[in-house]
Parts: sequence; C-alpha cells; structure tokens
Amino acid sequence: MAMGADAIELSYFPGCSLATSARENNRSLLKVCKKLGYRIVELEDWNCCGSSSAHSIQSDLAFHFACRNLALAPAGRPLLVACPSCMLRLQQAQLHLKEDPQACETYERMWGRPVDPNLDILHFFELLEGAFRAAGPELKTALKGLRFVPYYGCMLIRPPALRHAKDYHGLMEKILSACGAQPLVWSHPSRCCGTFLSVAKPAVVTPMVNQIIQGAIDVEADCIVTACAMCYLNLEIRCSLKHQLPIFHFSELLSIALGMGIKKSWLTRHLVDPVPLLKAKGFMH
Amino acid sequence: METTAPIRITAKPSSTHWDLIRTILAQSRTEFRRCFHCQSCGGGCPVSHAMTYRPNGIIRLIQLGLVREALQSSDIWLCIGCNTCSMVCPQAIDIAALMDVMRHMAIEEGVSPAEPGILAFHREVVNSIHRYGRTHKLEIMLRYKIRMLDMFSDFDVGLKMLAKRKLDLRPSKISDRKVMKRIFEACRVPPNGYGR
Ligand code: SF4
Ligand code: SF4
Repeated sequence: MAMGADAIELSYFPGCSLATSARENNRSLLKVCKKLGYRIVELEDWNCCGSSSAHSIQSDLAFHFACRNLALAPAGRPLLVACPSCMLRLQQAQLHLKEDPQACETYERMWGRPVDPNLDILHFFELLEGAFRAAGPELKTALKGLRFVPYYGCMLIRPPALRHAKDYHGLMEKILSACGAQPLVWSHPSRCCGTFLSVAKPAVVTPMVNQIIQGAIDVEADCIVTACAMCYLNLEIRCSLKHQLPIFHFSELLSIALGMGIKKSWLTRHLVDPVPLLKAKGFMH
Repeated sequence: METTAPIRITAKPSSTHWDLIRTILAQSRTEFRRCFHCQSCGGGCPVSHAMTYRPNGIIRLIQLGLVREALQSSDIWLCIGCNTCSMVCPQAIDIAALMDVMRHMAIEEGVSPAEPGILAFHREVVNSIHRYGRTHKLEIMLRYKIRMLDMFSDFDVGLKMLAKRKLDLRPSKISDRKVMKRIFEACRVPPNGYGR
C-alpha cells in the first residue's frame, strides 16, 4: 500500500447523497483513500448529476448537468466517483460526447473549453483492486467471522451502450474475503432497491426491499454490505420485516479492515443499530 | 377525448404509425423492433408486479400502433430506469432508454400521466437543482407532499431520518449562481421551472 509523499492525486465527485444523507459513507471512503495513498481533491463547485429524475423527464438536462461536472475536472487527473448512479450519468454523458460531434459542439459552446477525451472516470472500487492483493497478516483476519451478503444494487449494471465499461461485480466479495470475512451466495446482489419510488410509491418499494432483506436472512447473513448510498437508505427506511439486518457501507467495513475502526459519529447515523453485531464479532469494544 | 386524438410527436397532426415508430427509434437509439417477446425483461424487472403491460408489453403496444395507450400507462412512470431489462435482453434492446423516450413524449404531448405523483416528484428534484445546483432532500419531500396534498403519510419515516441527521435542514448550494439558469434556458425549460 502506497503512502506518504508520492500520493496520487484524484479529483473527487461526491454527489448529493454522499455529501448529505450518507455523510458516513463519504467520511469512511475518504479515510480509506487516504490510507491507500491517494490525495483526494474535491471537484470545485460540482453540481448534482440529475439523478434518476433529470433523464426521466428531459435528456438535455441530464446531459448538461453531467457535462458541467466533466468540464470542471482539471486535465491530467482522474475523476473519482463514489456513487454508482452519478457514475452512470457521467459515463453516459462522456460516451455521448465521444460518439456525437454535435454534442461536443454544444459542450464547447456551453463550457468554453474543448472536451477532454482522455478524462478517466474512475469508480471508487477501482482504487481497491490492487491495494488489497498484497494483504498483510493483520488484514487477513481483520473481519474474521463476519458473514455478509454483497449488495451492488442496479446502478452498477451497465446498459448495452456501456457494455465495454468496467464491471465491478465480485469485487466486494474478493476484498472483504481477503480480510477474513465470509461472502455468501444469495438471491439479490443486483436487484434494484426501488430508488425514488421510495418517496412517490412506498407501497411498491416496501415488498421489494423486504424481498432483498429476506434473501439475506435466508442465507443466514450477519449483515448486508452496500455499494450505493441510495440503496443503503432505502433498505434502512423501507423494510417492514420484524427481523432487520444491520447494513454497512462497503467503505465502513474497509475502514475497520484497515485498522482505522468505525467512528461513533458514523454509527449513530445507522437506523438499524450495528453496534451489537460489531461487539459480538470483536470489531469494537 | 384523449384516447382518439392523434399524436403530434412529429409536429404534424397527421403523423402515421410509421412516423411515430421512426421518431421513437431515432430518440431512443435502440432497435426495439427486434423484440421477439421472450419476456426476459419483465422477468427481471423489479417493478413489473405493479405494472399493467410490463416492459415488453410497452414495446408490443408501440409495434401495434397503440402508442397513446403506452403513453397513458402507469408502466412508463413506474419504470425506475434500473437497466436490468436492458442488461438481460437477448436482443440487446435498451428498453430503459425506450422508457425514457416514452416519458419525454408523454410530457411533450401533454398526456395526463397515469402516475402524477411520480412526475411531480421528478419535477421537484429538477426544480431543486434549478434553485441550488444540488438536490435538497428535505425541501423536495416537503414540496412534494404539499403538491400531492398528503402531509401525513410517512411522517414516521421523515422523523426517523431527521433524528438520524439524514435530512439536512439547509441546502448545499453551488457558488456559481448563474450556471443553472443557463442550463435550463439551453433546455428551454420555462423560467419558473417545472410548474408550481
Ligand atoms: S427481453 Fe428483449 S426480446 Fe425479450 S421481450 Fe424483452 S425486449 Fe423483447
Ligand atoms: S429499467 Fe424500468 S422497465 Fe427495465 S427493469 Fe428497470 S424498472 Fe423495469
């Protein structure tokens, strides 16, 4: 694991969820990045990517929202994204720019700079691949005994146009098992959590969420680990099962695995209290 | 009235079925005519339990020239754009992109949405971005509730989220105050946003 002076610089796009409702996700993620030797520079004055709503009602809006962020990214530095939904929006805009010269013209007119064809949009997961390969002995047992199901949600699924983009499925299993945790094979790793229907149609979303959590209970998981802050929120607020499982952001478990523990200020933001589980497994005293 | 009125999508009141298909093809950039109705999309769709036609049913309606029925369905609004269908389709049809186009058409055509609440929600999100450059969840939820005249459902969930500090009282704003106005003007959104 690289550390110190030769830190690699990355621009960072947190997105609205991580900046607000999932602050614990953001904080743990930044800590992990730092520990892995990255210097993270938040994209100055970034704006919302439009989420599911902009493209649902007007494609130009979604395109411009994403493009403004791409235009803010300084050249020569990869753009790190943590939220799978923002990631998809930014990638789709970038693809559109690559394929459509007219879109490039619009971009240049709007933002007064040429499209940077080499801008590398990286998902947080990409930083982890190499870093955990050479796991030291402490790391190998850091999460020993934790039975988890990896939950990727649907935003890491790539539509046909992005079929050549990187596929991140399997990474949570690989990394957390390198830290001693036990991944379980289960029914719903990529099932959609219901996203915005959680507000407009809670009655449609509750059975969806219950199915997901029941799937985890059926394989006797201790907890669900999420890749997406929006999924995390829906799983927490829309489950109506009597028995609920603690849910962790992937980055929170990485923080424990890397010996930095889990902060009280993150834990108090969980709706399903994970403390009893963490204590029982000896990850917290 | 609405069921028989011709669709003006191509700005000509006399649009034929073929014009419509061509427009939908051009906008969605996906060859949905390849669909052989294997229904894999519906099988994977997480909200198909709440839909009337399910994703391949929407394609079938378009193929049969029943575009208005498709535009009037709940299905196009219930679709959350999760891309599951697009991923599993053996014919590589981007059904999620097609659903986007159907929503845009429904709005342009002024078809009254079968799920007004969902459209209202999208509008509140976009209006929030118009105001702040970012989404302010608490305000979106309150405005949505006022718009839907439904202040009391989900009260407990709202309180829990507030208690856990998941809903910030104040919005996070971008500092470039003019840029959102420029974007919205470029997209020809009316200056007061998407309706009040
Ligand atoms: S999966 Fe593809 S081919 Fe099969 S019914 Fe759906 S759209 Fe048609
Ligand atoms: S994108 Fe829409 S239609 Fe396709 S699976 Fe998801 S919710 Fe269903």
